[in-house]
Amino acid sequence: MSEPLFSKKNLKLLSDPLNDSNPITVQVLGICSALAVTAQLKPSLVMAVSVMAVMGFANVIISLLRNTVPNRIRIIVQLVVIASLVILVDQVLKAYVYDVSKQLSVFVGLIITNCIIMGRLEAFALGNRPWPSFLDGIGNAAGYGVILIIVGFARELFGSGSVFGLQIIPDSWYIANGGFYENNGMMILPPMALITVGIIIWVQRSKNRKLIED
Amino acid sequence: MENLINIFIKSIFIENMVFAYFLGMCSYLAVSKTVKTATGLGIAVIFVLAITVPVDFLLENYVLKEGALKWLSPTFASVDLSFLSFIMFIAVIASMVQLVEMIVEKFAPVLYTQLGIFLPLIAVNCAILGGSLFMQQKAFLNIGEATAYGLGSGVGWFLAIVGIAAIREKIQYSNVPAPLRGLGITFIVTGLMGLAFMGFMGIKL
Repeated sequence: MSEPLFSKKNLKLLSDPLNDSNPITVQVLGICSALAVTAQLKPSLVMAVSVMAVMGFANVIISLLRNTVPNRIRIIVQLVVIASLVILVDQVLKAYVYDVSKQLSVFVGLIITNCIIMGRLEAFALGNRPWPSFLDGIGNAAGYGVILIIVGFARELFGSGSVFGLQIIPDSWYIANGGFYENNGMMILPPMALITVGIIIWVQRSKNRKLIED
Repeated sequence: MENLINIFIKSIFIENMVFAYFLGMCSYLAVSKTVKTATGLGIAVIFVLAITVPVDFLLENYVLKEGALKWLSPTFASVDLSFLSFIMFIAVIASMVQLVEMIVEKFAPVLYTQLGIFLPLIAVNCAILGGSLFMQQKAFLNIGEATAYGLGSGVGWFLAIVGIAAIREKIQYSNVPAPLRGLGITFIVTGLMGLAFMGFMGIKL
């Protein structure tokens, strides 16, 4: 084990999911929670951090167990590991950021069935050492988080004229105050999350032609 | 009875799993290439949701909720196990899916071969766990309401996946911009379908 901790190969594990193999726009995993929590930036950020925590640790634990768990029961072992980590995250959120935890409601619990986590456990952690698995988990969660934050930013800015709850569009611009601007209420509605992600995929694929499907 | 129909209709159209909460999107996107497979998966989801939601309702009300263990002994009245609900629900779902798989294999082998791999995959479909978690949040009064909710959510999901599969079959013949082909256009079409479904929101039940 002479490989340095941050060798080129390991750094690639971190950076690849941000673009070429992004979990949401390329691998199509974990869409469910990505869309529902992104009406505002703050819950998006909390969700991204929670998924990162669960995924990093789940990958390490499964990677440590990979030689002891019989193949036939691996799915249920993975579910138990993920569910326990999610219970921890849920309790921490309830204790420290109660309002956000209320806003996320069932979607914290739904991290359990977030397919990115299961997908990475199956595809990577089962066949690799703990440290690369940890990096893979963090990298994929970061790729997921980036999309969440972009969508959350766009929806909050255009939908409510604010970022992180702080008003960005000056009050005097609004029609109500004699200005010309009106918030686009549609951005807050659920369907616009889908369309925003569709547009992100469009932009990414027109920059990165090798991702185009036939 | 009227109440049950209300819950049923509401969970199909107004609180549609896919369009209002984006649940089960992964399999929704992955399995919606042809109408036939989409129909099979949709039926399996209806089936599993209609079973797991009432079972989880019983579990929630007789084991997990604060004071739910009172029927065992009055000393358990202050026990609150609700933090265990995630792990209990997922266990119920995983075992129910296994059970449904065995029953279907035994009594409807034709349907079993049609569904193939999709049946076991339902265990990690977020619409199923989502159904149970929403059931917990909505605090239904009795098992009838919970069953109506589970059934309705399943039917809503079925409608959504069959709809998108039909659209995707037609879209193959259209000239979509290259970077938007496949995933991108599916997202945008789903968004538009969602906007259409929002029209049901005005209905007062």
